[in-house]
Amino acid sequence: MIKQPIYLDYSATTPVDPRVAEKMIPYLTEKFGNPASRSHEFGWDAERAVEEAREQVAKLVNADPKEIIWTSGATESNNLAIKGAAHFYKGKGKHLVTVMTEHKAVIDTMRHLESEGYEVTYLMPETNGLVDMEKFTAALRPDTILASVMLVNNEIGVIQDIAALGEVCRAKGVLFHVDAAQGTGKVTIDLAKLKVDLMSFSAHKTYGPKGIGALYVQRKPRVRLEAQMHGGGHERGLRSGTLAPHQIVGMGEAFRIAREEMATENERIRYLRDRLYKGLSQIEEAHVNGDMEQRVPHNLNISFNFVEGESLIMAIRELAVSSGSACTSASLEPSYVLRALGRSDELAHSSIRFTIGRFTTEEEIDFAIDLVKAKIGRLREMSPLWDMFKEGVDLSTVQWAAH
Amino acid sequence: MSYSTKVLDHYENPRNVGTFGKDDEGVATGMVGAPACGDVMKLQIKVNKDGVIEDAKFKTYGCGSAIASSSLVTEWVKGKTLDEALTIKNTQIAEELALPPVKIHCSVLAEDAIKAAVADYKAKHGEMVETAACKG
Repeated sequence: MIKQPIYLDYSATTPVDPRVAEKMIPYLTEKFGNPASRSHEFGWDAERAVEEAREQVAKLVNADPKEIIWTSGATESNNLAIKGAAHFYKGKGKHLVTVMTEHKAVIDTMRHLESEGYEVTYLMPETNGLVDMEKFTAALRPDTILASVMLVNNEIGVIQDIAALGEVCRAKGVLFHVDAAQGTGKVTIDLAKLKVDLMSFSAHKTYGPKGIGALYVQRKPRVRLEAQMHGGGHERGLRSGTLAPHQIVGMGEAFRIAREEMATENERIRYLRDRLYKGLSQIEEAHVNGDMEQRVPHNLNISFNFVEGESLIMAIRELAVSSGSACTSASLEPSYVLRALGRSDELAHSSIRFTIGRFTTEEEIDFAIDLVKAKIGRLREMSPLWDMFKEGVDLSTVQWAAH
Repeated sequence: MSYSTKVLDHYENPRNVGTFGKDDEGVATGMVGAPACGDVMKLQIKVNKDGVIEDAKFKTYGCGSAIASSSLVTEWVKGKTLDEALTIKNTQIAEELALPPVKIHCSVLAEDAIKAAVADYKAKHGEMVETAACKG
């Protein structure tokens, strides 16, 4: 008997790996020192642990540990990188570039900067979710301070060509920020090679604890930022606030495990994802959202036409998944990411995101396939749109009363 | 989002799902909503010679609350005259199903579906009535 509900929402968050949790616990109890305490062993112990973790984080992405700044998570990292650079380099210009499918932590930060008088270009991705290089290049202007493009999209899992985008930015003298929250442990990141100036990380998407993240701030060439959090001058003045050694140790250990195990783990996860994809694509009118090649191995975002996403999620309560349907969020709008791909509102409302992870089993995937197949059938029998489709009615020609 | 037991009950065991035969006598159809908005309800009523709704069926594309709202109204309109059916208000539906504020539009849509079905019946039988546009 499989334990239910089955967790297939690893892009929302991951469980802390037991090895990580074990490493964290002593830093809550006996090793409780403040790493900023320079006068005794409690502080020294904590500082050593923090620096070891910094090294582990740096190693996963081939950076210098001195380039890693601790934050509370990727949202804070994105805020610090984008606002910090925009403010520091405001003498250069007032223009920023990003993509419509970025995470809200980037989009909303950009919106805030617009209210401060900055100008932002939001690029529309191609229908496969990827940024067109020519359109990106054309968007960069002499007064562009920074461009921000995520490595891996949280909804559809597509991987942007950060290497090529970075080259364009560097050639044009534009700072390049990358939100890599969804990429660590899934995509190889080599910051010694990539022309990336700022990169955001999160621990809890990679089997570390929530509430901790990091920002990579390149040293050569040096990138300057205006601090967003003021206080005791921690983290070279870029981010004040007492460090949380237990969280930091957790992130370090999680990233160490990711570095050592990602190659074999991703192969296993890809096999499971492809098995899920194969099973679900047998369903009529199932459409994958986002490019299937340039994609992380653990993501499958799929729309089941003529079935509304939330009602499907209700029907498959044995599975913990998420939907681009409006109804799973507070707003009534369907996923802005899927709409930016040019997906119809109907398909956006009908999307389900399955994300597989370290603890997913083949048995669970097979259970998920059978369950989804059965429930889609039941909901379509109840759907007037399915009837119309079966009668050959082109739904786009119907005059609907918008409400 | 957590659902009320009544929503879950209607969702798990929807009442009167289906479609009447095209040639059935006294059948009228109301279709409201739009796929782009995430919900479409089709409500059919079967009216007897005395002007009483003797049967009703629905098909709905939408969230659980939309399915439950349409299932509920098929039960409620049965046995009512057309004018009585028109007195069913979205607030009663929302209250019965304990819909949260974000789902009130589902009950509005269900009320609109009744109005649309009644309007269709009256139009087919020579009575002109004001039809309510979708809102909410």
